[in-house]
Amino acid sequence: MPVTVKFFAGLGERLQRREISLHPDKPLSALQVWQEAAQEDELPVNVLVAINQTYAKADSMVKDGDEVGFFPPVSGG
Amino acid sequence: MATKWDFSLRLAAVDMHAEIITTAFNPWQALADYESRLDLSKCGGNAVFTGNMRDHNQGDEVTTLYLDHYPGMTEKYLQQSLQDAAQRWQVIDALILHRAGSISPGETIVLAAAWAAHREPAFAACRYLVEELKSRVPFWKKEQLKDGGRWLNPA
Repeated sequence: MPVTVKFFAGLGERLQRREISLHPDKPLSALQVWQEAAQEDELPVNVLVAINQTYAKADSMVKDGDEVGFFPPVSGG
Repeated sequence: MATKWDFSLRLAAVDMHAEIITTAFNPWQALADYESRLDLSKCGGNAVFTGNMRDHNQGDEVTTLYLDHYPGMTEKYLQQSLQDAAQRWQVIDALILHRAGSISPGETIVLAAAWAAHREPAFAACRYLVEELKSRVPFWKKEQLKDGGRWLNPA
């Protein structure tokens, strides 16, 4: 099952994409998902990570079928 | 008002409710409607916060505001914020109403409220809900200015 990658807010605008699917042939960390999906080596310090809609760290592992979200610090309220 | 999503929960004798709303709403009418269903004889204290869209920010005129959110995750963390508030303070009820989508100056962005037997837990829980919205619940604001758009950093 593919890994769904979502980008939100200004990050999605900068990368010019909101959602893509990856088909990794081995387990990846969230950082590695970022590198493949965003085509950038470094995860910017102001980019937060969520796996299956729960905040996660960049070194968290991602499984088949997972959803990974990348977004800036929140500004609601 | 048009509701995109709503959530109600009764947790250990505490009722709570959250909604993501996509059209303008009157927060005081919404509050009155919600309170009409409460047993206020138990609520010695009620704390309320409303946040509205300003027509200016950082020295610029702002014409509209867009509220982005993460469908699924935003709802999860709205629920979690209410549950956390109920576990940390002795509240009787709690409410969050939050806009998503396009907003015009003067319109309400958020209503957060907490009811308790005493003022201290009501104030504390209401403040906690607002700070959670500012720091953890996935919403993002983009201002439309005369010469372009600007995503806001956390306040």
